[in-house]
Amino acid sequence: MNIVILDGVLFVASVLLIIGLRKLSHPDSASNGNRLAAVALALGVIVALVYPLETQNNNYIYIVAGICIGGIIGIISAKKVPMTAMPEMVSLFNGFGGLSAALISLVWLVNNHFVSEATELGIVLFNLFLGLVAFIGSMVAYGKLSGSLKDEHLRIPYSTILNSLLLIIAIVLIIIFSYSGQLSISQTVLFSILSLLYGITFVAPVGGADMPVVIATLNALTGITAAISGVITDNKLMLLGGVLVGSSGIILTLLMCKAMNRSVISVFFGNFSGAKEAGQEVEGNAKEISASNLAIQLAYSQRVCIIPGYGMAVAQAQKVVKELEEILEGKDVEFKYAIHPVAGRMPGHMNVLLAESDVSYDKLLDLDDANTYLESADVAIVVGANDVVNPSALDDPGSKIYGMPILNLSKTKAVIVLKRSMNPGYAGIQNPLFFKDNTKMLFGDAKKSIEKLLMELKVV
Amino acid sequence: MNEIINFFEQNIEIIYLLTFAVFLGFEIISKIPTVLHTPLMSGSNAISGVVLIGAILVIRVTEPTNYFALIMATLGIVLGTINLVGGLAVTSRMLEMFNKKKK
Repeated sequence: MNIVILDGVLFVASVLLIIGLRKLSHPDSASNGNRLAAVALALGVIVALVYPLETQNNNYIYIVAGICIGGIIGIISAKKVPMTAMPEMVSLFNGFGGLSAALISLVWLVNNHFVSEATELGIVLFNLFLGLVAFIGSMVAYGKLSGSLKDEHLRIPYSTILNSLLLIIAIVLIIIFSYSGQLSISQTVLFSILSLLYGITFVAPVGGADMPVVIATLNALTGITAAISGVITDNKLMLLGGVLVGSSGIILTLLMCKAMNRSVISVFFGNFSGAKEAGQEVEGNAKEISASNLAIQLAYSQRVCIIPGYGMAVAQAQKVVKELEEILEGKDVEFKYAIHPVAGRMPGHMNVLLAESDVSYDKLLDLDDANTYLESADVAIVVGANDVVNPSALDDPGSKIYGMPILNLSKTKAVIVLKRSMNPGYAGIQNPLFFKDNTKMLFGDAKKSIEKLLMELKVV
Repeated sequence: MNEIINFFEQNIEIIYLLTFAVFLGFEIISKIPTVLHTPLMSGSNAISGVVLIGAILVIRVTEPTNYFALIMATLGIVLGTINLVGGLAVTSRMLEMFNKKKK
């Protein structure tokens, strides 16, 4: 009887989780979706606590202690993290989830004295592998995003070959170990180290500009390993939740790749940002504009469009951009934001930053709408974006980003680029946009430049 | 080979569930607006905190004297909870920002 009730609760939780995720993908119901998912997961945890098991030692004291410690750390770090550090935070959490799944496999092995029938052992080892890869991969991604790991430090020679070799060895080991039906402690340690090495070579060569893809992929990996943990512990809610996360992560990965016109394979094996060579030498002089001239130009424009990029996050310029919006709207200027899907370092990075400074999301245009808008816009201000506005993608077949859909500024009347210097962007590719006739540069820190602009605008 | 066939026979339910869930996942999440990419990612990231359930289930069958396994499983619980609770809290913080300016 008890079991029937518990299974029923688990079933209800599964349905709630599906509805929650469904709601999470619509702007109006997203908050409710998040709450529903929380309820579903809480129900799942409660059921897991009391579900009758074969050999029950319970060890409740450890469980309660673990949940308390984890809960406190989780809540505090979620409250404290600034919105600009969101990509790091998400990959850190994601790594924890992966390690947790790996530990489930490890404890399962210990509990079963490292002996089991082949298929089961194979699944557990595979899960250990995936969990560790998701963990260490997320940690490398965290290091890259927070700036403590630079791409230069992570240049691994022959990474593609090494990477494939490690993967093959891991698969062979899984097969050998599972056929023998048992493994020793030292074999487990060795296998774990191999998994970690593979995880590092998997993420290390991926350049900063490809980070949105990597984060989405790692998210999918953790989802898959959660699903497999669900198979191991025979829990349908975990299986379902994991698979849903896995498929959502895969969809996001594909979306991001599509937004860059690159295949998943070229992202992980291509070494995008490694080379610092330009596809085509760009000749010409960039023209400068002063803040006061720009202020006058903006005040007499009708339609202005901001194109934010990672530089906006670095300069923390989202607040002053919002002030610019308010001042110009006070002068009856139409003000929009053009959001490229891969602007920033994680999927939707710019949206979050702008939302933080209270920009209404009907002012945010996605790629297609933005390009229509830009055709008739008077001024487009590029704030810290580079590769997503690079016209080489449209007209230079020799360029590395050729074919990537970009925000097309060729028909916009005036383009203003806020930039520190003439250095090429993260991807190391020269940007002919800077030398176009309709482009002017406003050099300096994006935030300071806009602040200056705001001062000038108040006088106009 | 036999073992694999046996495995399929014994777990046919799970295999069904797995297949349907994959399609369901794709169906639910395709056509998501760009605005929600980050909340969806952090939300789904939080959901991968379900591993907490697995950690609870394995620690409940661990022998109370096997301290290595106990410590590892407790660590798994801590990490799973951080993923779950932290992920949900971060997501709700993000979504609050989206909602606040709608008024």
